[in-house]
This record gives sequence, structure tokens and C-alpha cells, in this order.
Amino acid sequence: MKITYREAIRQAIRDALIRDQRVFLMGEDVGAYGGCFAVSKGLLEEFGPDRIRDTPLSESAFVGAGIGAAMNGMRPIVEIMTVNFSLLALDQIVNNAATILHMSGGQFNIPLVIRMTTGAGRQLAAQHSHSLEGWYAHIPGIKVLAPATLEDARGMLWTALEDPDPVLIFEHGTLYNMQGEIAADAVPVEISKAAVRRAGTDVSLITYGGTLGKTMLAAEHLAASGVEAEVVDLRTLRPLDTTTILDSVMRTHRAVIIDEGWRSGSISAEISARIMEGAFYELDLPVERICSAEVPIPYAKQLEDAALPQAATIVATVTRMMGGHG
Amino acid sequence: MADFLMPSLGADMEVGTVLQWLVKPGDVVKRGDIVAVVDTEKATIEVEIFLAGVIQKIVVPEGEKVPVGTLLALLTTDGEAVTAVPEAKPKPAAPAPVVSPLAPPTPPLVARPTPIPAPPHRPRISPLAMRVAMDLKVDLATVQGTGPEGAITKADVERAAKAPPPPAPEPAVAAPIAGPAPTAPPKAAPIDHRAAMRKVIAAAMARSKREIPHYYLGTHIDMSNATGWLQVENLKRPVTDRLLYSVLLLKAVALAARQIPEMNGFWIDGAFKPSEAVHVGVAISLRQGGLIAPAIHDVDKKGLGEIMVSLRDLVKRVRAGVLRSSEIADATITVTSLGEQGVETVFGVIYPPQVALVGFGKIVERPWASGGMVGARPVVMASLSGDHRASDGHRGGLFVATLERLLQEPEKL
Repeated sequence: MKITYREAIRQAIRDALIRDQRVFLMGEDVGAYGGCFAVSKGLLEEFGPDRIRDTPLSESAFVGAGIGAAMNGMRPIVEIMTVNFSLLALDQIVNNAATILHMSGGQFNIPLVIRMTTGAGRQLAAQHSHSLEGWYAHIPGIKVLAPATLEDARGMLWTALEDPDPVLIFEHGTLYNMQGEIAADAVPVEISKAAVRRAGTDVSLITYGGTLGKTMLAAEHLAASGVEAEVVDLRTLRPLDTTTILDSVMRTHRAVIIDEGWRSGSISAEISARIMEGAFYELDLPVERICSAEVPIPYAKQLEDAALPQAATIVATVTRMMGGHG
Repeated sequence: MADFLMPSLGADMEVGTVLQWLVKPGDVVKRGDIVAVVDTEKATIEVEIFLAGVIQKIVVPEGEKVPVGTLLALLTTDGEAVTAVPEAKPKPAAPAPVVSPLAPPTPPLVARPTPIPAPPHRPRISPLAMRVAMDLKVDLATVQGTGPEGAITKADVERAAKAPPPPAPEPAVAAPIAGPAPTAPPKAAPIDHRAAMRKVIAAAMARSKREIPHYYLGTHIDMSNATGWLQVENLKRPVTDRLLYSVLLLKAVALAARQIPEMNGFWIDGAFKPSEAVHVGVAISLRQGGLIAPAIHDVDKKGLGEIMVSLRDLVKRVRAGVLRSSEIADATITVTSLGEQGVETVFGVIYPPQVALVGFGKIVERPWASGGMVGARPVVMASLSGDHRASDGHRGGLFVATLERLLQEPEKL
């Protein structure tokens, strides 16, 4: 079955709405408008305004409402248009959703799922393009998912809804139109393991979300010059699957982390540190990182392209590491 | 780590055969050293290297034919040429003073009065290489690092573990070119140069006529000053140092090219790229037939005597079939002189990607009017074949006029 990433998420939401009457979707423009990225198109007609709820432009309010609904036994899916706007709900997410289980002495779980877009590459300028999922990955009490494939887009939502604690799902904006084959009976996927998307022996390319495609492309290019790169898709940024990362690095002895976030204090920094802690004596070269330029993401296409990690950057970095010639 | 590639020895070369390596791994090379002998379809060329560093690995063995751009050898360049230098064993550190946990720290933390000396250089070794070296019992001091900035990697250690103890280093092969040409190249199968050369000349000239819109200009130049001056000059010189008049022509062409830069350079990718340097290609016919036009470098900056030495050396080596890569590849303007063959005029075909070719016929005595008088003068026909994409007839005319003017004052050349 050939579908888009957008369609895979829609199917996942629809599937959840059918399976469990406690599930509902809310967010800005998710109803009549069909969602800012057309993910929830048609769902209002099918499920009605009780299950598909348009909210006012108040991230703090509707995320807070989601937390309250979850505490009271519902299974809300809250959509925030972009990660940039989620900062308006930071208090609700970080101070409430992430802490209530702890603060209540284990009495109240928050089975809340928050979906939002992240990332650049669509000329939406700085306030719609940043990759802040690494910040959320810093927070104990929440899980952070980054589906990069159709299977994960289709399968992660149900797994997240079944989790008793808050889960944030980051959908990279450039992926919505990604099209591909997926099994008609695609099933929920586990969210605790990273995946090796391509096996290789010479270098581990560690990435997630919007840069997985670029990394796979770079790996193909590198293969043409005799460098076999292993591509690790993190899938979950919190908790990190350190075992899969270290296993890969122990096979290849070299690692490059590709992260669309900014380098300073990023998830790539965390991964690099874990490699040092867990596989120092396996490293044949220093760990390298390819991140976005530390600027607000520009609007102009050439500047935006230049600011982001690209397949060519990955190829060049690995080629340099391998001594310029595989 | 830098790559040494099969050079393009002229626009018409696509493949080359490595006949002989004049360096081996470990040799130190500097810019301009001759490192290999390569056979093209035209000639045997001594290939120079334009990087300084240490040869790490020969990739293409002798006798192998590879396309232009193929990696021939790897070298570490100066910036990264770091070999594992065994360090003097550091003295064991003085035992730290035993301090009671509660005692105040001694010495107190104050600003250091003296600057911290730079730490001694130590070889870079990857953690994995260190572990593997321990397992394989390899002395890291003997391992040559090929990683970033000369770092020793696992592969280096494994290589060192397998390799037999290194032989005593031999002096680097520096192949001086003066004197008899090196003997016939070893190993490689002989190439039918005649047929092959015809083929490449055919390709280059067809390309030239197909791609370059030629325009042609010619003028007669009074050579009485030049030949007269040369006669006197040559009387002052020992026989071995005497100048051929074509040296005057080469120098004049070079100076004219510097003054009219549209004639000196290359047409590449749809645009004219003028050349700062003036390397004059000299068309030299070969005994076995065919033609080659290697360059004399920086003719505009050389004295006539130096040009003569270069020309003599070049002709000798062309006939012996041994040329250097830079001479083949980088002429910026070419001179062809068919005087010996007895023609008065030559309108030549430009050698792409150059944009001009200057032709000289033989010097003949002709009636010549000057200052209202008619007399017999030695006259040569100078012609310019110009690439109309790079220049117009007006600039071409200025070039020829400049050439003429320069040849009237041979003592200044």
C-alpha cells in the first residue's frame, strides 16, 4: 500500500479514535480546517466535534486541558502546530505533565500524547523552523519520539497512547509529503529501541527524524566510494537507546552524529558523551557532529539549505575522516 | 593525507601508463620533484609533483594504464607529516606530597608567575589503536600514523604488526634531468607512438578547428636590427653559448603576450582565463614524425641566454622522448617556426585550450622601403592565429605590432 507520511499519521489517529472511545484529538484548526498540515482532514466529519476539537489560540490552555483530561481518564492527543509554539505551553509540559506523577507520589499518571511539527527545510523562517526536541529530551518524566519512517509514523501513536505517561511526538515538517510503501496491516511499533536502518562496517551515522533521509542518501554515496556506513535511527530521543548506539560504534569504531538541532547543548552532545563513556576504547577517531548552523533558521532557500545538515556535508565529513579516499 | 593523481598532460590526453616510479613510500618530496615516468600516446613524460610531503603509498603499480585523474599515490603533506617520534622517557614524577585531608592545600592556589611551557609534542593515537597495539604487542613508536593529523589508527597498528621490520631508509631518488636521458622505460609494453601520436594530434586539431573560431593576422617584420645585433652578440659569446635567432622571437612573443594579455591563457568552460605567467610552447617536430609543443617556463622573465639553454635542453629531451609533465601541460601560448622547412608564411592551428598561436616563416632577403629608401633587408613573416572568442582582430593587431616593435630593439630583449 502506497501512502504518505501525512496519511500514515491520519490513519494512526483514526485507528486510535476507533479503538478507544477515550481518545480524542484537540488543537488549533484540527477540526473544520483539517489541521495545519492536513493531517486531520476528514476526521471531524467522521467523528464529530466531541472527538475532534478545535481550540482557541492558547497553547498553555489547551495543553493544560489535555493534562486535566488525561488525569481524569481520557486519552487526549494534543496537536501543537510547531515546536516553536510549544514554548508557550512549556510550563504545562515541563512543570505539570512531566512532574505530576512524581509530585503526587505516584497517584496520578498523565496518559497524554502531544504531537507537533519540528524542523526546517520548507522556507518557513525562524519562528516555524527550529528543532527543539533536544530540549524536551532533557526533561525527566516525558518520552520524546521522532518517527522518521512511514511505519513509525503509522505505528508510534498507538504505542504512545498506551503509555501511562506523557509522550511527545515530533513530526519533521519535510516528511509529511514523503511517500512510500507500507503494509496494509501495519501495526503499532515499540518505542524503546533505536533501529539500524542500514548495516555497515566503517562508520556509524547516528541520526533521527528529518535527517534520516539525507543520512541514508549520504550512506549510499559513500558506499559507491567503498565506505560502508551504518545508519542508526534513534527513533526515541528520551529515553535514548544507548545500547544500540554503543553496539554500532563497537562494530564500526567511528561515529558521526547528524542532528538538525544546534550543536551547543544538543542531543548530539549527549550522544557523543555517551559514546565516550561507553565506548572510548573502541574509538579509532574522534566522534564528529554535523548540526545546524547556530543561527535562527533563515528564510531564503540558499541560506536555509546552507544552515542545515545536508547529505553532501555528511559525505564530505566521512570522507575526510576516512582519510580523503575511503 | 593528499592525493597524487594522474595528471592531464595536455588537452589531448585521456590515459597514461605509469612506466616507472622514481619514489617509494617514505620518500620526502618537494614541489617540482620528478616522481614518476608516464607514457602518454605522445611521449614519455617525467611527471612532477606539486605538493610537498612524504609519499605514503603507491596506488598504481608500474606498467598500469589508467585514466587522467586516477589516484596514483598518497602522501602526507607538510602540515600533517607527523611520524611517531619516540619520545625521551619522561622522568618519573616526584611523589606528591602527602597532605592530610584537613590540612589547607599546599601550595596555595595563586596566579602562576611563569607562563606554562607548551607541552611536548606527542603522537596522536586513537584509543582503539592503543588497545589493539597492546593486544598485538606492537611498539607504537614504530608505527606510522595515517589518520587525521598523523594520528595512529587501528589500521596503522595492524599494518605495522604484519609488516616485516622496516629496511634501512635509502636516500630519496632525485632524478636529475640534465645529461643523457634515462634509459628506456622498464616493464611496460611498447606503445606504437607514431600511430598513437597521429591519433591524438588528429583529435586535438579537429577539436581546435571545430571549437575555436580562428582569425589570422600577418605582417612582415624587418629583422635587420635583430640579425645584426645577434651577429655582434654571438661574436662575444663562446661557441657553446651562442644564441639562435629563434630565441629573440620567443622572448619577443613572451613580452608581447604580457602586454596584450588576451593572447596568453586558456579558454575553459566558456570563458577566457588569462595567465599571469607566460609559458611559451615551442612546436618541435619529432624525427619519427609528429609534433609536440612543450613549454619553456616564464620566458618573459628569462634572459636570452637562459632561454637558449632551455630551448636546447628541451629539443634534446623531446627528441629523446623524455619530457616533464609541467612542460607538456601548461604552455600559455605557442610559437611555431617553419623557417627551416623553407616556407615564408605559416598560419597555424591553435592548440586548445590556448587562445593564440604565433607563426614565423623563414627569414628571407626582400626589397624593403624605409625612410624613403629602398634596400635589401632580412624579413620574416610573423603571423597570429587568434581565438576570436577570447580576443578581436584589433587586439590581435596590437599584439603583432608590439611583436614587431620589440624585435626592432633586440638589445632590450
